[in-house]
Amino acid sequence: MVRQSVLSTYDGVRSQQKTPSEAIVFVQDLVKRYKKSSKNAVDHISFEVASGSLFAFLGPNGAGKTTSISILTTTLAPTSGTVRIAGYDLATQANEVRKHIGIVFQKPTLDLHLTAEENVRLHATLYGIYPYRMTYRMMPKAYRDQIQELAEMLGIADSLFKPVKTFSGGMKRKLEIARSLLHNPDVLFLDEPTAGLDPESRRRLWDYLREVRAQKGITIFLTTHYLEEAEGADALCILNHGHIVAKGSPQQIKDELTQSKLLLHADDRESLRAELQALGLPFVEEELFSISLANQQMHKVLKAIETPLTTVKTFTPSLEDVYLQIIRQED
Amino acid sequence: MIQTIIRPEVKQVRFVTWNAMMTIAGRDILRFLRDPMRLIFSLILPLILVGGLTGTLQSNLGRAVNYDLTTFSIIGMLAMNLFQTPMMGITSLIEERETDFSQELFIAPVSRYAIIFGKILGETTVALVQCIEIILSGLLLFGLHLSLTAALLLIPAALATCLFGGAFGTLLASLSSSARAASQLIPFLIMPQFLLSGVFTPIRVLPWYLDILSKLTPLRYVVDLLRGIIYIGDPAYNQIVLMNPIFNLLIIGVLFVIFMVAGTYLFVRNERNR
Repeated sequence: MVRQSVLSTYDGVRSQQKTPSEAIVFVQDLVKRYKKSSKNAVDHISFEVASGSLFAFLGPNGAGKTTSISILTTTLAPTSGTVRIAGYDLATQANEVRKHIGIVFQKPTLDLHLTAEENVRLHATLYGIYPYRMTYRMMPKAYRDQIQELAEMLGIADSLFKPVKTFSGGMKRKLEIARSLLHNPDVLFLDEPTAGLDPESRRRLWDYLREVRAQKGITIFLTTHYLEEAEGADALCILNHGHIVAKGSPQQIKDELTQSKLLLHADDRESLRAELQALGLPFVEEELFSISLANQQMHKVLKAIETPLTTVKTFTPSLEDVYLQIIRQED
Repeated sequence: MIQTIIRPEVKQVRFVTWNAMMTIAGRDILRFLRDPMRLIFSLILPLILVGGLTGTLQSNLGRAVNYDLTTFSIIGMLAMNLFQTPMMGITSLIEERETDFSQELFIAPVSRYAIIFGKILGETTVALVQCIEIILSGLLLFGLHLSLTAALLLIPAALATCLFGGAFGTLLASLSSSARAASQLIPFLIMPQFLLSGVFTPIRVLPWYLDILSKLTPLRYVVDLLRGIIYIGDPAYNQIVLMNPIFNLLIIGVLFVIFMVAGTYLFVRNERNR
């Protein structure tokens, strides 16, 4: 019921504002069932991501987020379904898809035995941006200039030639993101990029990502456990048990799935209770009387109540409240 | 500031596939040079084997076979090293799958064959360094006989042996689900090859069942190829060499293509079709 409501709303908005040709990521009826499993890890999901947007995939562990992102980044074969990224079909044009995406996996994929510069050089030459040379000194000047600027920007100018294993978690993440942007991708996939980072590193990383988006207008496809990170997304999908249980903008999802609450208290509880019943307002009585309503109704309700009130509060749900509500309903 | 990372236009270099192979090979060489234990072990082990084995074999069996077992066993070990080093190096792909580094390689827009071939080239370089070491130690310390013609012919033959070992390693990597499984599978497949391919001892005369098994071991053909080259013009050629080097090379070529294509296909399929 909840899912249908949100899906229809989202699809309605999308069909009015965006045509499929504007979607940089287009996923239709995607299914993944792992070998020796009786259940689909990803079960007939469909969604689109608008070019230049920040798109977030939310869901508890095992919901299918990493499976989906692995399929979209060509490292895992789907069981069925259609995926197009930057206009290229994943099944028949995987190499073209790879050229147009950057990826930061959940687990670091840096070679810890190599230096930061060697890791970046490996990526740059693997993608054919520069000719490969055995040493930094032998690399073209353009590369050396770029790497020096990059090191200064990341604050690792002193550690550029040190093994990556000596770097902090936040520094490794930043290096991975910088590396994934070298080939100028259209879509940057970030699979839980801030997992395991302390709050300060998380904040710095997001400042950095915001700068990337502002400068380049790159599409960011994010999976995260942190609801406040998804709150800033242009659109999001909530996944549970391989299904999409909600999708739309954070505000759309909040508006569609929850209502603000009016919390009231009166010394004469019996009078307030009787009055709310007489007005036909459904309420939950705890320490405060909780009434779910749309924002525009609050004033009308307050005007209608004659019992002297001692407490009036409003409660607007956060995305986290919505998320937990959806996941609990599903479970 | 972000322009630092993202250049307005990214132009690709010419020969992207070759560039990618060189990149992957270069990384493997760097890792080899950065791993002191592997470096020391790979340089010392051939010396120990050559030093320990040639004297023992020649002293005890040299008279029985009527030819010089020193050169015979040095060439056997040379072939074994050239085959085994790339083979073992390629199986590091399994380890890298577990440490997730392989994802960085496999999301790159280059052919899967180029990725595997790049790894083989890297390990081939390492094996060729060992090859030079074995030959030099053989010439200087153990009385290895090597003509200039044989030395020149040895270069392409050594390269073919390394590529063949790498292709065989690719097939092994594709059959192993984890580094642990590989560590169990590899000795099971490689130890019998040492015994049946004539690395250490002659295999001209074998019971029929061992002869069949011997003919199924890939290592047999590279050992015989290298001996076929080294013993050109030597009176003992017909006693030592089992098959014309051209035939050995043909078999190696066919098996290389089969191992490389099947191994890469299966490895990539196993990576993606989980």
